[in-house]
Amino acid sequence: MPTQNFKGQKIWQRRTGRESLGHWIMWLIGIAIFGYCWQQISAVTTWFFVWDAPRIADDIWTRATPPRWGYITQLGEPIWDTLNMASLGTILALILAVPVAFLAARNTTPSLLFIRPVALLIIVSTRSINSLIWALLLIAIIGPGVFAGVIAIAIRSIGFCAKLLYEAIEEIDQTQVEAITATGASRWQVMAYGIVPQILPAFAGIAVFRWDINIRESTVLGLVGAGGIGLQLSSSLNVLAWPQVSLILLVILAAVVISEWVSAKVRGAII
Amino acid sequence: MSEVEALIGKPWRKLPFIKRPWLRRTFILGFIVYLIAAYMTIDVNWYRVYEGLERGKKFVLAFTNPDFTTRSSDIYEGMVESIVMTIAASVVGIAISIPIALGAARNIAPLPVYLICRSVIAVSRALQEIIVAILLVAIFGFGPLAGFLTLSFATIGFLSKLLAEDIESMDKVQAEAIKASGAKWAQWINYGVQPQVMPRLIGLSIYRIDINFRESAILGLVGAGGIGATLNTAFDRYEYDTAAAILLIIIVIVMALEYLSGVIRARVQ
Repeated sequence: MPTQNFKGQKIWQRRTGRESLGHWIMWLIGIAIFGYCWQQISAVTTWFFVWDAPRIADDIWTRATPPRWGYITQLGEPIWDTLNMASLGTILALILAVPVAFLAARNTTPSLLFIRPVALLIIVSTRSINSLIWALLLIAIIGPGVFAGVIAIAIRSIGFCAKLLYEAIEEIDQTQVEAITATGASRWQVMAYGIVPQILPAFAGIAVFRWDINIRESTVLGLVGAGGIGLQLSSSLNVLAWPQVSLILLVILAAVVISEWVSAKVRGAII
Repeated sequence: MSEVEALIGKPWRKLPFIKRPWLRRTFILGFIVYLIAAYMTIDVNWYRVYEGLERGKKFVLAFTNPDFTTRSSDIYEGMVESIVMTIAASVVGIAISIPIALGAARNIAPLPVYLICRSVIAVSRALQEIIVAILLVAIFGFGPLAGFLTLSFATIGFLSKLLAEDIESMDKVQAEAIKASGAKWAQWINYGVQPQVMPRLIGLSIYRIDINFRESAILGLVGAGGIGATLNTAFDRYEYDTAAAILLIIIVIVMALEYLSGVIRARVQ
């Protein structure tokens, strides 16, 4: 127990002298790094605009309220497109994620040395790039539109779904698999009767969870030209139609809240 | 019924995932109807897609031959700005989210404080980074300051919510023991609550730094600083080799961060 001598009396302390020195140095380095970063940011900031910000914010607020409610009639189709991008993207991603997950899981991969690293690489590289960047890329390749959005959402979701799924596969109860194997089942039968039933609840949960996230992401994909409600947002922003912008933001907010509610309900029913 | 079935009974069948048959059928039917409806409304210009395959091939090939040198100064500046934004925003975001997490834990905070903190979290989680960034760029002007504020704001919602949940599920006995020794409120938090949630806080913080870096890569698309602007320009000019180089750098940094977070989380837990 670390103690400190104080006028001949031992007093309890949380850390030894060496430990507190270490902590102190860590804090010093951390604060120095933060100070440097802050300096870098403030060096390229036009502070005049920042001091002016409250007035600008107030100005935007007065322009944006009240929202132009009549505009909502034109938002039906973009919302449908957004929903399609999220749903079809999720379905496509799940179809592609299942084989990747089986190849990446330690207990089902055909080869630990060669195939597993490739599967993990697919997972990491699709996960680490945002769907907006994928959309940007796909628009350059296959042209603007909802289809590019679907593919962007799908690619982005593969890594996420496959990662969660392969972790679920690695955590299965091995005794059931052994029992099926002991009946003389083939490799595929073991998969269908020993592994798949164990991971189905996790799979359904992942699907709904990712669908919820994809609804959020697809609302903004239009900003780079991939269709959906983001397209309306971007064109309203370009012509500074703030009442339309505020209505679109409200619609997006509603969509996000509803999708989160649906996903929570479904996941509650499964688990 | 065949003769064999009459002798040995019906063979075993796999149980369906959804047990009620009418619910299962409605699900499947609704799903198919939706798929058809969705497919009808998406008009895919297959000719355009076919034309694009050539460019897609070029892009994939660019990954084997990324160009780090031609635009090296742009890439370097963008990357540094992204990293600087990430670090500063993570520090500020984490510092703000700790008091909010304390306020949003029902076993620590009184009801009014709880409601206020929970609504802050709800607002921060409902708004996506990119939308917040658009608004903040309109208000504060172009540059990394808007990105920094966006990421800080997003960090608050994420970290406070998960940390508050951890505080709510902590072991009450330890906290009570500290209280019984006559500790003040701050001492109670420092010695009774903080040691219990510290491993989770560190793990979440590192995870959030990882997310913040990934998000900082797209904030440049709307003018909020970082590597996104360089990437956008590279795509617009069809400089796939430069774009591939930027994407590779992002992937490598994210992988490194993920590896680091794994090591640190294994150490603190």
